[in-house]
Parts: sequence; structure tokens; C-alpha cells
Amino acid sequence: MDFTLTKEQQDIINAAKEFARKEFPDRAQEFDRDETFDFEIWKKACNLGFVGLNIKEEYGGQGLGIFEHCLVTEEFWAVDAGIGTAIISTAFGSELLSLYGTEEHKRKYLPPLVSGKSIMGTAITEPDAGSDVTQAVTTAVRDKDEYVINGSKIFITNGDKADFLVVFCRTEPDNPNKYNRYSFIIVETNRKGFEANKLRGKLGIRASDTAEVSFSDVRVPISNLIGKEGEGFKELMMFFDLTRLIVCAEAVGIARAALEEAINYTKKRCQFGQPIASFQVTQFKIAEMATLIQAAKNLYYEAAWKVDHGMVDPKLIAMAKWFSGEAAVRCADEALQMHGGYGYLDEYKVQRIYRDAKVVEIYEGTKEVEKIIVARAYLPKY
Amino acid sequence: MEIYFKEEHEIFRKTIQSFIEKEILPLVDEAEEKEKFPVELFPKMGSQGFLCIRVPKTYGGRDGDKIMECIAIEELTKGSSGITSAFTTHGGLATDPILRFGSEDQKQRYLVPAVKGEKIGAFGLTEPDAGSDAASLRATAEKRLGGYLINGTKTFITNGPICHYVIVAAYTDVTKKGSGINLFIVDRENPGFSVVKKLTKLGHRSTETGELSFDDCWVPKEQMIGDQEGGGFNQIEYTLRSGRISTGARCIGLARSILEESMYYVRNAKKQGRMVGRSQSVRFSLAEMAMYLDVMKAITYRCAWLYDCGKVTMKDAAIVKLFCTETLCKMAYDGLRLQGGEAYLNSNLMQRLLRDSRLHRIPEGTSEIQHLLIFNELGI
Repeated sequence: MDFTLTKEQQDIINAAKEFARKEFPDRAQEFDRDETFDFEIWKKACNLGFVGLNIKEEYGGQGLGIFEHCLVTEEFWAVDAGIGTAIISTAFGSELLSLYGTEEHKRKYLPPLVSGKSIMGTAITEPDAGSDVTQAVTTAVRDKDEYVINGSKIFITNGDKADFLVVFCRTEPDNPNKYNRYSFIIVETNRKGFEANKLRGKLGIRASDTAEVSFSDVRVPISNLIGKEGEGFKELMMFFDLTRLIVCAEAVGIARAALEEAINYTKKRCQFGQPIASFQVTQFKIAEMATLIQAAKNLYYEAAWKVDHGMVDPKLIAMAKWFSGEAAVRCADEALQMHGGYGYLDEYKVQRIYRDAKVVEIYEGTKEVEKIIVARAYLPKY
Repeated sequence: MEIYFKEEHEIFRKTIQSFIEKEILPLVDEAEEKEKFPVELFPKMGSQGFLCIRVPKTYGGRDGDKIMECIAIEELTKGSSGITSAFTTHGGLATDPILRFGSEDQKQRYLVPAVKGEKIGAFGLTEPDAGSDAASLRATAEKRLGGYLINGTKTFITNGPICHYVIVAAYTDVTKKGSGINLFIVDRENPGFSVVKKLTKLGHRSTETGELSFDDCWVPKEQMIGDQEGGGFNQIEYTLRSGRISTGARCIGLARSILEESMYYVRNAKKQGRMVGRSQSVRFSLAEMAMYLDVMKAITYRCAWLYDCGKVTMKDAAIVKLFCTETLCKMAYDGLRLQGGEAYLNSNLMQRLLRDSRLHRIPEGTSEIQHLLIFNELGI
């Protein structure tokens, strides 16, 4: 067992850290309050190679692993979750193209994501299909050499910013096996019949765009199909195994941010004539936070390492996801508490961390879904 | 709980419930969104006798007990925790010291109009560098020209931006740590008083919270609460003890909303093609919520009853605050998680309930301070 990072990995961490510390702090509060983002920051991140670094070199990426992708994400979230998501999510779904797309898809869609010329999104969740995606009712019906798509999707990251979306559609409604009814189809957002409405008032990660999108007789050529018809569910599970690791990295990143704020504040804040860091209760809380963070990190490091070495372990990924999510929420909560009244104020960073942290327990599989996956590995018959 | 409630309490609960439904609920969403307290509610609440429940009839009050006050707070919070903040501060922290320790003249000038809702009160104790350690506050009240010259800054002051008067804690004798403190009533019109800023908060957005500045703010000696210099700290402790029980009632109101919302969701929502309520972990969550709510009610109303009997200790009140606020947050997290992504949006009530619930572990003694208070009375 060797947890030592390579020189290249350490360089990636340092570069991501440097970039985030330089670009994020001055703008984070503004983006959070106004629910906006400055895409110049995204372009800079692309120029430095932070977006799509797990995309193969022949398609403009760096051909690195999901682990390196995680390292960048963790460093970004350790500075600001909203901006981190706004940047990283612009290539959310590129893994589906890399894994299952045709050569033409990859040549057409992947390079502009890396170079900062295009933004994508992946549309899976529907108002009545969240944790259970097999309830999705957006349909894609073949009409000669086109698909006609109808339906609506919700909580779609970059829904109203993306140039194209990868959409989870029901293509074979009559298949007796509900897991064989779906396919992923690329939909360019300038197609007729596509509409997007930005959702406002999210609890956290407000720099990142979330939208409700609808498809009304949207026509796309059948060449926009990713992979094989009916295999969408299987592809989605593989995709989630990768993106859940990214969420683990987000969780560890924001938990680190919470710990950092807590340490800085408790060293400065004096009550009863001494810094509150000198109280045992504070010290124990800091010790617990640091331990949770380290444990979460080790879990996702192992899970990501296995993926990059061809040993995808969905159970381990699910464990890492729920554990790191809970660690993030707990650390953010404790850090806020250590700030007392100041923690409740908008102008304090810890308040934003508290709001931002919660999403890691929700998206890409709620904590409950992750536990179901783990439980099934141990109690398969039930 | 039933053992603590008399018929008059039950009737009172129904009366205030219908008032809340008619007068308060329609204002909540806008007040939350604009972060503006609907001040017209003060005279409306006052005319019904809902503002200062425990004030005797001689001062225009309802002459109710702590149990009745807790019922009012519970029901109001159930309607809107944000709006209730203004009323609990007004009816507790900002009037209790006058009622218990104030002069007859102060009662006539401040308590009587406060009961009617003609004057809005605030309570200024916390300072930027004096939170949990209240005795380390730096505001001073220097004897000058037959009165006192007050200087200092107070922060996190509920009603600060909308108040007509504020009860402010300051040192009359800086050499006596803790015991050299006094409470003074300062009018908003006082030229030395100003609202520095209104604070933007995670929750309770419909209540207005501010930073206040006292800059060579002169008050005649009649504005001091109590006859002697010193002794303010005991007045503060007395006031906070009552307030901690009120926090229990606020947690009950929020907890009821959380359970109600969660039950509504579980009754109607489908996941995995089946009713959410079929999931055992969801059932366990709801069971725990119901259990927490029941225990919260039991310890809060028991403590209110002890208060009315004159037997309550700081430990009793601290236990109520610590238990209720900590379990409330657990419930709020569970409620949010139960609903998943939908609850993450502003339009969802559960998101507001979480943001509001999170507050209570902080003011009027953080959870950490409550631990200390409980320990201190264990007699070790």
C-alpha cells in the first residue's frame, strides 16, 4: 500500500491550489449573492488545463485519471465550492462521451470542452425521477433518421448555459426490463423546441447554474445517440461511479475549508481571557474534524485509484460518497458553531461553506442511495 | 404536557392560532424575501394582548404565566420563526428587566407602551468581542452631569434597526469584572445612539438584526434599571434564564413544522416507483422526529411550570435550551435529506426551516455555554 503521490500529481495539486487561491476568494461572495459567475475564470482554468484533464490527449485532454480530476476538484472546493463547481461542471458528462461516444462524437465535442470554447451538461433527473432514474419519462422516438424528444428535466447543471446536453431518454418503453429502456442522446441547445429556465434560490453552490429544461418535439439526427440503444442505464451507472468520486473530492475539499476557517477563527477569537482554541472542547472538535477528513480522503483515494487501475468498485465508491458527504456537513456545522453569532452572518465565509456543503449529500446519489448500494453488496438476496 | 395545561391555556392557544393564521401567515414570504419586518404587526399583536404575556393587568398586560407565554411563542414560531424573533425579544429580553427591576416611572414610560405595541424594544448585551463571555463587554457608562455617558458598540441586536428603545448593558465600574455592570434604557432619538448596520443572516431573515453604536450617548440617571450601581449582571442572568425556556418553545414550533412537512411529503411522494413511506429508514426518521418533539414539549413545559412555581434553576433552563436546539437541528437535517433535491431550493419550506433552526444553537448562550451552565450546578 503506497499513498505517496507522484511528482506529477503533487504538481497538479499545487497548480490547482495556486490558481484557486488567486482567482476565487475576491469573487466568491459576489457570485454567491447574485447567483452569477464570470466565465473568464473558467476560460483561464481551461487555458491552464484544469478542465477535462481526464480526457484523452488525442481529444485535447491530458489523458490523466479520475484520481487527478479529483485532486483538482478537491483543491478548488477547498477554496470555494460555487466557483469550483461552475468550472469543473462545464465538462460534466464528458466521461459518457469518452466511454461510449463514437469517434466522431469525441472529435467534435471533447476538444472544445478542454479549450474553453464549449460547455456541456448532462440531463438525467426529472421532477418524478430522482433517486430512481428508471421512472424517467422523457421519450425519444425514432422518425426515419431522426429522434423526436419530448419531456422535461430538472436540477440540470448548466442547463441554460450549455451548448449541448447529454440527455437520458426512454427509447424502448416496451422493453420488459426497465433497465433496458433508456439511451443517452446528445441534444444541441440551439435546436427548436428546447427551453431552459434557471432555478434561483438554491441553498448553496450558487455560482453554479442549475436549470429546468424542456424538450418539445426536439429533433436530432440518430447519429446523436451515444453507445447502443437501450444501454443508457448501464452507461449511467458507470458514469455515476466516476462522478461520485468527484463529489467525494468536493466533500473533502469543503470539509478542509471548514477546518481551515475553524482553526483560523478559534486561534484569533478570545473569550474568558483566552483564545477559544485553548478550550478542550474546541480542540476535541478540531481533532474530530481532521480525523473525519483524513478518513474520507483515504476512502476516496483508494476508490479512485482502483478505478484508474481498472478495478471499479461501486460498493467502495458508495461508501466513500456517503461518508465524505456526512463528514463535510458535520465539519461545516461545527465550524459555524465555533464562529458563534458571526457564523450566522452572510459576510462570514463559514456561513457559505455551511450552505454549500449540504449538496454533496444530495446530488449524484443521496446518502440513502449510497447506503442501499453498500447494503446490497453485503445482503444481496434482499 | 396535558398536566401543565389548564383550560385557559387551551382557549388561549386557539385564540392566538386564529390570529396568526389571519394576520401573520400572509406576510411571511414577503418579509423573508425582503428581509424587512412588518412593523404594523406590533400594535396588532399588542391590541390582542399577545406581546408581553406575563405583564400584570395594572400595566395593561395579560397577567399570564410562563406556560402561556411558551404557548404563544410555540404557535407564533410555528407560523414564522423569523417574525417571532422580534416578539420574543420584545416580550422577554426587552421588557423583563423593566418589569422585574425597573422603577414605576420606567414601567409607565416603557412597559405600558411596549405592551400595547406602541414602542418596540431591543436588548443590547453582545459586543463584537464579547459573546459567550458577556462579562468581558467593553461598553462603559460614566457618571456625568446627573446621568451617564454611554460609549460602546453592540452587535447581533434583534430589533436593533426598528426599535424605539434599547436596554443596553455597560460598565459603570470597569474595575469590577462582571459585578460592575448596569442596564440602561436608551431611546432611539438619543443623539448618541445610531444603528451602524443591518446584518444579513443565514436565516430568520424577516427579523431585523443590527449593530448599534453608542457614542457619547448621555442618559439621565432615571434611565438606569435598578437603584444601585452594579448588579446588572444578575438582572441579565434572570432575563436570560427566562429566555432559555422561551427558546425551548421556539424549537417546539419549528419542530412541529418540520415533522408536519416531512409527514406531508412522505404521505404524497413516490420514489423508486413506490411510496416513500414504504422505506423503513424513512419510517425510522419520522419516528425519531416524533420522539424528539414529544421530549422537547415535555421538558420545556415542565421548565415553564417550574418557572411559574418560582423553582426554576439555571441548570433547568440550560438543559431545555441545549436539548431542544441540538435535537431540532438534527430534525431539520433529516427533514431536508428526506426530500432531497427539492428541499435544496428556496421555494421549499424545508430549506427555510433548516436555516431558521440552525440559529438557536447560538444566541442567548451557545450550546457550549449551556454545557458549562449545567455542569456548574452539578455540585462538583
